[in-house]
Amino acid sequence: MSEVSLVVNGRRVGGTVEDRTLLVHFLREHVGLTGTHVGCDTSQCGACVVHVDGKAVKSCTMLAAQASGSTVVTIEGLADGAELHPVQAAFKEHHGLQCGFCTPGMIMTATDMIRRHPEGLDEATVREELEGNICRCTGYHNIVKAILAASKTMARSKGKAASKAKKAA
Amino acid sequence: MGIEGVGARVARKEDKRFITGAGRYVDDMVVPGMKHAAFVRSPYAHAQIKKIDVKAAQAMPGVIGVLTGKEIKADGIGNLICGWMIHSKDGTPMKMGAWSPLAFDKVRYVGDAVAIVVADTKGQARDAAEAVEVTYKELKSVTDASKAMNKGAPQIHPEAENNLIFDWDIGNADETEAAFKKAAHVVEMDIVNNRLVPNAMEPRAALGHYDKAEDHYTCWTTSQNPHVARLVMSAFYNVAPENKLRVIAPDVGGGFGSKIYIYPEEIVCLWASKKTGVPVKWVADRTESFLTDAHGRDHHSHCAMAFDKDYKILGFKVETKANLGAYMSLFSSATPTYLYATLLSGQYDIPAIHANVKAIYTNTAPVDAYRGAGRPEAAFNVERMLEVSARKFGISPAELRRRNFITSFPHQTPVIMNYDAGDFGASLDAAMKAADYDGFEKRRQKAKKAGKLRGIGFSCYIEACGIAPSAAVGSLGSGVGLWESAEVRVNAVGTIEVLTGSHSHGQGHETTFAQLVAQRLGVPIDQVSIVHGDTDKVQMGMGTYGSRSGAVGMSALSKALDKVEAKARKIAAHLMEADESDIVIENGACKVAGTDKNVPWFQVALAAYTAHNLPGGMEPGLKETAFYDPANFTFPAGCYICEVEVDPETGQTQVIQFVAADDFGNIINPMIVEGQVHGGVAQGIGQALLEGAHYDDSGQLLTASYMDYTMPRADDLPSFQVSTTSTPSPSNPLGLKGCGEAGAIGSPPAVINAITDAIGTEDITMPATPQKVWAALRASARN
Ligand code: FES
Ligand code: FES
Repeated sequence: MSEVSLVVNGRRVGGTVEDRTLLVHFLREHVGLTGTHVGCDTSQCGACVVHVDGKAVKSCTMLAAQASGSTVVTIEGLADGAELHPVQAAFKEHHGLQCGFCTPGMIMTATDMIRRHPEGLDEATVREELEGNICRCTGYHNIVKAILAASKTMARSKGKAASKAKKAA
Repeated sequence: MGIEGVGARVARKEDKRFITGAGRYVDDMVVPGMKHAAFVRSPYAHAQIKKIDVKAAQAMPGVIGVLTGKEIKADGIGNLICGWMIHSKDGTPMKMGAWSPLAFDKVRYVGDAVAIVVADTKGQARDAAEAVEVTYKELKSVTDASKAMNKGAPQIHPEAENNLIFDWDIGNADETEAAFKKAAHVVEMDIVNNRLVPNAMEPRAALGHYDKAEDHYTCWTTSQNPHVARLVMSAFYNVAPENKLRVIAPDVGGGFGSKIYIYPEEIVCLWASKKTGVPVKWVADRTESFLTDAHGRDHHSHCAMAFDKDYKILGFKVETKANLGAYMSLFSSATPTYLYATLLSGQYDIPAIHANVKAIYTNTAPVDAYRGAGRPEAAFNVERMLEVSARKFGISPAELRRRNFITSFPHQTPVIMNYDAGDFGASLDAAMKAADYDGFEKRRQKAKKAGKLRGIGFSCYIEACGIAPSAAVGSLGSGVGLWESAEVRVNAVGTIEVLTGSHSHGQGHETTFAQLVAQRLGVPIDQVSIVHGDTDKVQMGMGTYGSRSGAVGMSALSKALDKVEAKARKIAAHLMEADESDIVIENGACKVAGTDKNVPWFQVALAAYTAHNLPGGMEPGLKETAFYDPANFTFPAGCYICEVEVDPETGQTQVIQFVAADDFGNIINPMIVEGQVHGGVAQGIGQALLEGAHYDDSGQLLTASYMDYTMPRADDLPSFQVSTTSTPSPSNPLGLKGCGEAGAIGSPPAVINAITDAIGTEDITMPATPQKVWAALRASARN
């Protein structure tokens, strides 16, 4: 058995788990955060993507024990209170989801992708970067559209924040 | 249209919960005292079960119970059935073998369930499942349908001699023969439709809960049709009478047909819950899904098409072998017959058609409907034949199609279907324009200079959807009627609940059904809730498959709304002392036409419930139910054009552009319709380029994970160019045809026609992997 203690969506959680417990199972079964999904057994589908210490991670490839001491954000912790994260809003606006099963993983991957590409994204890059996330419903068309749109919105609001800060200084 | 009414691009109401991680799928359900199940499955494709020893497993930590086929038989749980009766051409009924939810005498495919283990945790259940000792005597097995029919092939079920389930005919053999006799040209070809695994991203799951106090069962399950599940589990599997069984299909993560059927696992979980006294949850892992979800397609056909000297089609002959796997799944017999051969006329005026279909048992997973179900196989045969013929005749593929298009409606085909509306030329024109067909030769030359091979391919598909008039499907062998139901409950302050027998597992019904209500009553969609997927809440309904929720489910809603409106008009007329025939309902109010007199909608509702001042003799309340049975199938049709570029060095195919021009009749929400086409096309391109289920000779599934079965990923696909033309369906009040399957039906032939155009071969089998394309190029260079 392993003792684990981590911060999930801003809240400290912990407990004793079987050594083989994967982070995804810990989140779903011990913490009760069922927004993170399991779509495969071979770490290929990306339905389980969460952020561990700020980086996108397939939570089925990590033991809960390995994640002990980390800060984890799941789909449930992405929005700012009632205000949707721009990537969430873009998925809704551009119909980037149908059954919703791949969606949490897609959104967590997309936010990480946008963070890693401050220079902006193009369609080919988005498609390549989505390599680790499978969606069976949307044909990716609207997912790609949503990510591109979110990346633009986020760049704009960052730009605005920066110019505001400049003015204030 | 209002901003939220019919035809509006409304963002989906259901999205909020999915994008915030608040969706509720079966695996998210927790019931007090719930335990976890794992199934013991056959590692052999065909074997006798000699002995099952559960002692060691029972002693493992956390184990609550280990149950086997003998016990399920002893408790009188019935065998799984196929619900569509097909008669062979000699008049004999199909030969259905027994399918016990847990095998007890023999296993017939790798993955066949043998026992269930219930334990405190999923891990413990799996560990204990490993410890169940089953002694098998391995038998010879066969996975290929043609080989299974050979003399001396392993006999899979005693009921089906030579593994032949049925040998079925449609059309007119004599007339077709006569057409071939007078033909100027005959084109013949073998066509394979590859076996696919549906792969909804949410694996199948079931949670069975037996409540001893009430002697009542609840089953949460990943189903596209919970009422059908309840009916079948009750009437055929003897799990419990319908009034003692509640089936809930909450959020379901995609279905594509694979979640229509009632599988062994949900039956066994319910039964095991009573046996062990705890709620039992089972969730498939991905490999279990590959092994045991009903697969799709797997047809081998020989096609021959006869033309006159002007290239008008005279006749079409098709012989098909359909691999149905080890057991007959719920609608497995309908897929390769009435959902397939009835569409062999395509968009063309073909005077004589004859098809023969042999359905065959093999030691593989059961095969049933997968997105499109029979219609992709028909479209592939027809559209490959047209393209290959055009190339043989040296006329343009568009011209050959145009010359043979059906142009007047209704049109009776020789294979049952009566097409009621369409304009095939319009979608062909729209697609050619969108694809800049005229500019293709230039693009081809340019690619050639860069060392690449460009090709372009057409597909003019038609499908039959909405399934369908109950009397018609009944006469063709269906065990159920295929109507749909809806109930509209107007609450006392005017908000509305719609209870529908349709089920949404990605289709967006919570939005589109609300849009129809908004259109009719003028209330905002936020005030309309759509309730579905729970047999305790919703009256009997038939569920979602065959692109039927719009054409059939929403038509039922429309009928219920007619009744609600009629009553509301009476109440409003009474309140305003006006004539009932002068009342119109718009913008959330009942108005006296041509005046400014009106009563807001909520006041009409309130009046219905306070019942202080209703017209004499009127019952209080405002709630209506309707059952709608369609007058005909609907016939979505369209034209797809695919342009590919092949790298001759690697055999790699890239889809450069994909154009879809569909005629879905009227449309409720274009954004959702486009999404359905995108998803369908991606699955079709997947079938054509990437996907294929492969068994080895011993019956092991070689493609049982995402490392071995190639799912389409974002970088395999382009963005799609999607548009629509419209000839409204005359067969339902809303003029809808349905859009859920078109993409998967129309796209594979367009892709293969494009690749063969690029590399200059007549055929290439799906999936056209780089290795196959490369080999085909080498072979044709040698010749
Ligand atoms: S569940 Fe983690 S990648 Fe599929
Ligand atoms: S929305 Fe269903 S799998 Fe992506």
